[in-house]
Amino acid sequence: MNPSYYLILSALLFTIGAVGVLVRRNVIVVFMCVELMLNAVNLTLVTFSRINGTLDGQIMAFFVMVVAAAEVVVGLAIIMSIFRTRRSASVDDATLLKY
Amino acid sequence: MSSAQLLASGELLHGDVPLGEAIAFWVFGPIALFGALGMVLARNAVHSALSLVATMMSLGVFYLIQQGPFLGLVQVIVYTGAIMILFLFVLMLVGRDSSDSLVEVLRGQRTAAVVLGVGFAVLVGATVGHAIGDTKPVDLDAQNAGGSNVQSIAQLLFTKYLMAFELTSALLITAAVGAMVLAHVERDGRKRTQKSYAQARIRSGRPQPLSPPGVMSSGNHIGTPALLPDGTPLRESVSRYVPSPLHRDAQIEQLERARVAERRQADALEDRA
Repeated sequence: MNPSYYLILSALLFTIGAVGVLVRRNVIVVFMCVELMLNAVNLTLVTFSRINGTLDGQIMAFFVMVVAAAEVVVGLAIIMSIFRTRRSASVDDATLLKY
Repeated sequence: MSSAQLLASGELLHGDVPLGEAIAFWVFGPIALFGALGMVLARNAVHSALSLVATMMSLGVFYLIQQGPFLGLVQVIVYTGAIMILFLFVLMLVGRDSSDSLVEVLRGQRTAAVVLGVGFAVLVGATVGHAIGDTKPVDLDAQNAGGSNVQSIAQLLFTKYLMAFELTSALLITAAVGAMVLAHVERDGRKRTQKSYAQARIRSGRPQPLSPPGVMSSGNHIGTPALLPDGTPLRESVSRYVPSPLHRDAQIEQLERARVAERRQADALEDRA
């Protein structure tokens, strides 16, 4: 086993997250799939950091975590306000901009 | 020496990793994978969130054994501690029983998504495996010497990446303000107080609460007494200060009793005389 196994695992996790975003209808589950994709990329960054022997990858993963935290706060607030006006947590019901 | 350091320590042999790390990878890798699959496949959103927690915990272990102890602990604290709790809060508020519908809105979308996913995974996995395959990792032993991973990260963060670090503070404050603006609800009309509630109740024509179950009430008036199961009126159910036929009858009865007692006393006096 060598560190590229981590990269393959993270590619699989990213793929599962991407398929989840395409397949699921519950907006919170879609959002959790996006979080999974971010986490998979973080694993890639940490592995590259180790392969290259510099800490820059870990710092990048740290910044990704900060941005993900901010994104979750705003995203969940948007989900709450949509739920308050439309009484639904399904991505199919938020179609007002389509027509 | 912590167990994670123990796992990550040891010489790298020809691009291979230490045995302890390999064991940890083969234990936690499937957990991460099945957690991710469970998140996508679970109908209940709470089960999805718990599966994601398992995946994120395993990723934290991977960071620990890949010579990033600081990042591993931040992963556990920030992701599983803060972000997933936020997710669960919103799940409970938005209604955890709102499970997905099984109706496909676009025909063949699911199959297409799965085919796309498998293609993407094969493409990326093959490319990465081919490109990285035999590369010998340099490793971070120099940066982490003597448990100084945090110091090394801080050194980079506050010199080379200082500008980005300062920008994240702007990002975080914007996110906090944005969340407050989005979650704020404008109140229609004036705030309702205890006084306004009491006034509305008196004006409604029915100031008293409904009679409790098991007590029969024959009228809607505040002075109507409740009836006991045998049909007799319950005197305690009407306030003493409310004009009520019940109390009028009681007063007449009391007066009558006093009059009888008086007469009996007078008779007794007469007999003695």
